Amino acid sequence: MEKQKSEGVGVLPGLPRGRELAKTLTGIRGLDEITRGGLPKGRPTLVCGGPGSGKTLLAITFLVNGAVHFDEPGVLMTFEENAEEIASDVVSLGFDLPELIKAQKLAVDYVRVERSEIEETGEYDLEGLFVRLDYAIRSVGAKRVVLDTIESLFAGLKDDAILRAELRRLFRWLKDKGVTAVITGERGEGQLTKQGLEEYVSDAVILLDHRVHDQVSTRRLRVVKYRGSHHGTNEYPFLIDGSGIGVLPVSSLALQHEAPLERVSSGVEHLDGMLSGKGYYRGSTILVSGTAGTGKTSLAAHFLDAACRRGERCLCFLFEESPQQLLRNMRSIGIDLEPWVAGGLLQFHADRPSRYGLETHLVTMHQVVADFRPTVVVLDPVTNLMTVGTYADVQAMLTRMIDHLKTENITAMLTSLTPGQTDIERTETTISSLMDTWIVLANDEIGGEHRRGLYVLKSRGMAHSNELREFVLTDHGLNLFDAASHGTPDDSRHGARKGRDRHAVV
Amino acid sequence: MTLKERNGARAAFERAAQIPPADRYVLRLYVTGMTPRSARAVKNLQAICDEYLEGRYDLEVVDIYQQPVLVKGEQIIAAPTLVKKLPLPMRRIIGDMSNRDRVLLGLDLVRSSDQHGGGGGGG
Repeated sequence: MEKQKSEGVGVLPGLPRGRELAKTLTGIRGLDEITRGGLPKGRPTLVCGGPGSGKTLLAITFLVNGAVHFDEPGVLMTFEENAEEIASDVVSLGFDLPELIKAQKLAVDYVRVERSEIEETGEYDLEGLFVRLDYAIRSVGAKRVVLDTIESLFAGLKDDAILRAELRRLFRWLKDKGVTAVITGERGEGQLTKQGLEEYVSDAVILLDHRVHDQVSTRRLRVVKYRGSHHGTNEYPFLIDGSGIGVLPVSSLALQHEAPLERVSSGVEHLDGMLSGKGYYRGSTILVSGTAGTGKTSLAAHFLDAACRRGERCLCFLFEESPQQLLRNMRSIGIDLEPWVAGGLLQFHADRPSRYGLETHLVTMHQVVADFRPTVVVLDPVTNLMTVGTYADVQAMLTRMIDHLKTENITAMLTSLTPGQTDIERTETTISSLMDTWIVLANDEIGGEHRRGLYVLKSRGMAHSNELREFVLTDHGLNLFDAASHGTPDDSRHGARKGRDRHAVV
Repeated sequence: MTLKERNGARAAFERAAQIPPADRYVLRLYVTGMTPRSARAVKNLQAICDEYLEGRYDLEVVDIYQQPVLVKGEQIIAAPTLVKKLPLPMRRIIGDMSNRDRVLLGLDLVRSSDQHGGGGGGG
């Protein structure tokens, strides 16, 4: 009876049903999340990319993390640079290879293949390479192996048929050894690697890409293949900075944000009124769009001011103005943010968008948010980021940023500059789907007078007003006129609203 | 075989001692134990040396499984590999040495222009 029962379960011990492959953590920020736990344990993974795409760095980080954090010694077999060159390449990242070698946590073997020195006279195999690798693995008890870049062999040896057979044997041998291996390969035309290494490495393939758009470089990583495991299939931006390599997002990939019911004031009483009387949802994302000079930044300043009054920590990223400019301009409409800055509740972070690529912006923002721990974040204006990347790039970047902020339950406000009369919805459509609340500001010229209007285009999860409201910027802030039903201070202004309604439809 | 090999090498060395060092060949052949391919390489190389380098070569046969450190130090990848240490320039001749013309080329015993008359490499 008992026997039958255990047979009925039909699961091998130690291999529960539905469980994924055993994995080896890379310790690389983000990569372990995308791969749901790292590289396939005891199997080779191919990492390919063009020159300078960060293959070697990724591979070495995998080794160093293994040796330092996971008690897994490693072997680096390098075909392009010798041990000293590699060590000096990574010293700026805080990797001390000579020390790891001394501590018997790392073995490096530089394989030099010089075609001019070699004469081929008949049948051979690559047993010399196997002997060296085996010796290195045994000398440190390696669990991780990196071959960087084994394709160099094709440049040094002529007999492709032998090489291919031997590479196949080598990858088989690595599996038998039970080491988790990373094999780097140069990106080829029409295939992932020049020599089609992906044919031999069937377990996992990671592709690195380094693109330059408008002279700004963006690095991306994609898991092309991961046998027997779920993995994120998107391209993820990654970066190489002073602390090594990191892949974004660092947060969850699933849409599993909490949806808090708490509301936060917009800082403008009448606007709160339009948002079912209570303001924005905490942790939601608000887009404020409008043409130049419609008061986007002013609305953001009100929001910041209100949050600081509640004692919340606020972070404001500026892509156009300096903090001093913003403080001065806001003071002119009666919003004094200076005390909040002095008191440490409000922090500005100003950067020219063109200073670096989108992925670096993203990472910088991640870091600043992690350091400051705000509950409110303002990005002013996100449209300036479009100068550094394509719409799709910016959307991808903002998606990740917003995703991260939502995970942290941070309320975010993004301002967006609508360019003139043409192309009005273009920037907005790029990012609007990510937004919970979208407020549109518009300027209109009626009877030789410039008038400002505001309406809530959407606000998820609440009954919001559909009216276009007129407002003025006064020396005590943004003053929104009451809805018609509640009485309008000026009938002529009321009449102007309809005109703006049309404008908004354009 | 190893013994015979060594005796041959020693005899060659002794003979070599009488000729100017500049002409002497110092060769090291790395093989994978006693596999047929290893044996073929040794036999083919021995024949070439006897014919072209009689009395002026010093050949050592190394089993890579026994000498992994040496294999690393000598930058051996393939097996068999013959390393011509002297005369310079140093050269690596890989394979079972069945292509005699290529071995001769590697040992600088023929010029590459001579090679065309040599025909296919017989073993």
